[in-house]
Amino acid sequence: MTTENGWRQRYEPVIGLEIHVQLSTRTKMFCGCELSFGEQPNLHTCPICLAHPGSLPVTNEQAVRYALQIALALDCEIAPRSIFHRKNYFYPDNPKAYQISQYDIPLATAGRLGDVRIHRVHLEEDAAKLVHVSASGRIHGSGSSLVDFNRGGTPLVEIVTEPDLDDPATAREWLQLLRTTIKQIGVSDVNMEEGSLRCDANVSLRPVGADALGVKAELKNMNSFRFLERGINAELERQAALLDAEEQVEQETLHFDPRSGELTPLRSKEYAHDYRYFPEPDLVPLAPTEAMLSEARESLPELPASRRERYLAELELADKQATQLAFDADLGAYFEAALAAADGTTPKVIANWVTGELVASLREAKADDADPASSRVSPDALAKLAGMVERKEISTGAARRVLATLVAEGGDPTRIVEREGLGQLDDSGELEAIVARAVESDPEAAARVRDGNMKAIGPLVGFVMRETKGRADGGEVTRLIRERLGLG
Amino acid sequence: MIDREQVLHVARLARLELSEAELERMSEELSGILEHLDRISALDLDGVDPTSHVVALENVLRADVPWESLPRERALEQAPDRDDGAFRVPSPQA
Ligand SMILES: [Zn+2]
Repeated sequence: MTTENGWRQRYEPVIGLEIHVQLSTRTKMFCGCELSFGEQPNLHTCPICLAHPGSLPVTNEQAVRYALQIALALDCEIAPRSIFHRKNYFYPDNPKAYQISQYDIPLATAGRLGDVRIHRVHLEEDAAKLVHVSASGRIHGSGSSLVDFNRGGTPLVEIVTEPDLDDPATAREWLQLLRTTIKQIGVSDVNMEEGSLRCDANVSLRPVGADALGVKAELKNMNSFRFLERGINAELERQAALLDAEEQVEQETLHFDPRSGELTPLRSKEYAHDYRYFPEPDLVPLAPTEAMLSEARESLPELPASRRERYLAELELADKQATQLAFDADLGAYFEAALAAADGTTPKVIANWVTGELVASLREAKADDADPASSRVSPDALAKLAGMVERKEISTGAARRVLATLVAEGGDPTRIVEREGLGQLDDSGELEAIVARAVESDPEAAARVRDGNMKAIGPLVGFVMRETKGRADGGEVTRLIRERLGLG
Repeated sequence: MIDREQVLHVARLARLELSEAELERMSEELSGILEHLDRISALDLDGVDPTSHVVALENVLRADVPWESLPRERALEQAPDRDDGAFRVPSPQA
């Protein structure tokens, strides 16, 4: 990206997202076939999801409940009465030749998550999975496609944002917030690689300061957070180049290929935006009752945005740390468990250990999987360790060694401290004697420190730490060395 | 009146190939239907909600309990073609 940022003086990106979330109900949206992932094809079908004549859909109660929970978590207004529509298109991934979706009266509208307004939230059904086999493949003759209806009819919630994002990195961060929010509610696996969270982006540029929106392109197939950011970036570069050359941006749908970083237009034949919606006569309207709404509201857990507020206001965590713990569902759950196990330890101290040392040493131990929940370090043990440091029962250096042991084999920090003799040196006479030996052993460094070169204190502190196996408190050691050298 | 281009467009969306004779017949029939709708549109319908459903029911919901799906053999019985447990169709990308 050689021209990066050059055009940013002239154009302003306008980005909106369209997100599909597969709900983790037990059965499909309109029939009782069980949801599955990665199974043999066509083991979960019935006359409804295969669109046999005369079959009639019936709405899954749990899918409605989950969709209401998502809509409420996104602060939406729930429509008192919404209806389903048929979205007509002919493609082999949909045997009815229409998808049941919602159109002019969606389940919910006008919400907000963080800095982004939500345009609408609606319920629909997923399409079947197609595997295209080329002519050169194992199937003879011209290209054909294999259809697996296991996924066909899976409940989906579609979330459409207003075009409130103005930067690819912000779009990525916001999608992560949405993912954590939905994960916290527990209504979807929201796994981008497996397709239970999918994101399309509407991207356009407009001259800086202009009100009117530019012509937008729709980006499909960005099935990871990284690809979303890269795809939007690539599209912005492409549009900026067109505008700079005084060419038109076409309204089109583009497919992002993460391997090549290329954007290819989808052929209009496959993507005719002419769906001839009409009300689905086989399904009656959804009119959420007060009971349905309060049930959905009451079952909402604490959500990332309010959890972040609580961490800032009540636990007095730093902004970045509060955000990290609130927006990362796994890390947040671990922190909450450690807090619950803590015995009077300051939350901030525990937070520091969770987001700092723990994450770092897990990453070091196994490069790819640094999820604390699946590690040997129990939240209980980490809370205990942080407490021992705060009460100065052990030094920070010793605590790091205990943590390394916990990461490797788990266990109880108190026992590890006893076993390895890592308790803080509280007999200052012993520490003073070691400091004296350090100064004697390296007169050169001692002289430089005496002359005011504080960098030279390193080897002396190192000596003491080695001798005490890291049990001494670093600050205390520095203080004693300075005192010894008459710098008190 | 619906013109030839509109009929061809709708036929394309429905993946239908129409002969000249069919095209003519469709134009006439579709025009007749649209004329009837025009007659309805001419009525004064201010304050009348569109009828999307004819039964006065709401919230007909089903418990999220799995039922037994079709045996795969049965599901594939009427497939025009199949391969490896999947329905095989001409590639829409061809
Ligand atoms: Zn089914």
